[in-house]
Amino acid sequence: MAEVKRITTPLTKEMARSLKAGDSVLITGTIYSARDAAHKVMTEALERGEKLPVDFTNQIVYYLGPTPAKPGDPIGSAGPTTAGRMDKYTPQMIEQGLSGMIGKGYRSPEVVESMKKNSTVFMVAIGGAAALIAKTIKAYEVLAYPELGAEALAKLTVEDFPAIVAIDCDGNNYYEEGQKPYRKI
Amino acid sequence: MRTIEVEQITQAIAKMCMDACYYLSEDVYDALVAAEKKEESALGKEIIGKLVDNADISKNEQRPICQDTGMTVVFMEVGQDVHLVGGSLEDAVNAGVAKGYTEGYLRKSVVAEPLFNRKNTTNNTPAILHTSIVPGDKVKIKLAPKGFGSENKSALKMLVPADGVEGLKKVVLDTVKTAGPNACPPMVIGVGVGGTMEKSTILAKKALLRSVNKRNDHPEYAKLEEELLEMVNKTGVGPQGLGGVITALAVNVEYFATHIAGLPVAVNINCHATRHAEVEL
Repeated sequence: MAEVKRITTPLTKEMARSLKAGDSVLITGTIYSARDAAHKVMTEALERGEKLPVDFTNQIVYYLGPTPAKPGDPIGSAGPTTAGRMDKYTPQMIEQGLSGMIGKGYRSPEVVESMKKNSTVFMVAIGGAAALIAKTIKAYEVLAYPELGAEALAKLTVEDFPAIVAIDCDGNNYYEEGQKPYRKI
Repeated sequence: MRTIEVEQITQAIAKMCMDACYYLSEDVYDALVAAEKKEESALGKEIIGKLVDNADISKNEQRPICQDTGMTVVFMEVGQDVHLVGGSLEDAVNAGVAKGYTEGYLRKSVVAEPLFNRKNTTNNTPAILHTSIVPGDKVKIKLAPKGFGSENKSALKMLVPADGVEGLKKVVLDTVKTAGPNACPPMVIGVGVGGTMEKSTILAKKALLRSVNKRNDHPEYAKLEEELLEMVNKTGVGPQGLGGVITALAVNVEYFATHIAGLPVAVNINCHATRHAEVEL
């Protein structure tokens, strides 16, 4: 298995380029969560020429809508959602300076092209391992769009958040590489 | 005639919502443990191991297995000798869902209208309620919170009789390949064959409520389930779509009579967090 790489945010483009498809990574620092509704609102704001609530330069966005936190906890269960639903909005978000995305599932060719052009890496967290992943999230703060509930734009403080590089900045795709040796049909 | 207060149904549903989201059922848990041993990919093995750890944390700390605590699907068999009193059955079910999702810290993932406004109902209602009237004086409730990462990858094909078993296999294979990592494999696959368009989809959903270790009572369908499982595990999709020999934990098939001109096939994909709870009142 590939070595585990520890990364600290902000994730510079140079660091993003050093991550290769199949690498296991542990992320520490600040990441931002947004999913369908927040992406829609943010790209609509960009189209109106407005600024986003967060400067995404060298930042990582996590496609997440957590369960509500129990009293005393920073966050509820917090696994990744399907990244492909964000594909329509992703090239615009990458243009804002994103260096990393965390989610699950296949990405569109347009997204991969944009990732290659802008040195952005796509990582996956284990879908459904939501209680386990939540242990690595130390703080959760809604930054904008609180009316979207679980879909609000939020800031997460993470320690050793586990992810696997699925598509690297050169467009190498670990879904393809990983499945190939086992594909018999 | 036996009288049941609908409030009893509300209380039962609320508890089932929480239980289903916190406690991975034993059949699925055991299947994951067995799959971890069987998986050939080192990364795949590690992933399944983490899913088992996740289920343990959820159980011990009463936390949702997955943050997508789903849209609530309820199958209810109402005995024809039961008289439900104290209000509307549908309202009672929805009150139970609202209570369970609110008190259980579960995510509210339902929007009131799908196309234009998509405003969250803030209590996860309404549920999808399927009722049937059966002999007896009991009310039997099966509840399944259904996540949409996998629901979105489900499919319906109106095959023709000449397509036969091979046609069905191709529909299942294509659906699993398209689903890939998006459906959070290892998956559980429900197949409904026969009936009409809507009947086949309900059968596929019902198939997901059957234990993963229990095969169809009909020997030909039981054999088909085994063949389908072997087939999908040859796709190489593997745990989380990152490659391996465990793409699905089980394929459950349910069938019903159909028209001389038709062969409807519905495939309902579920993730490894195949959650279900059952109670009899």
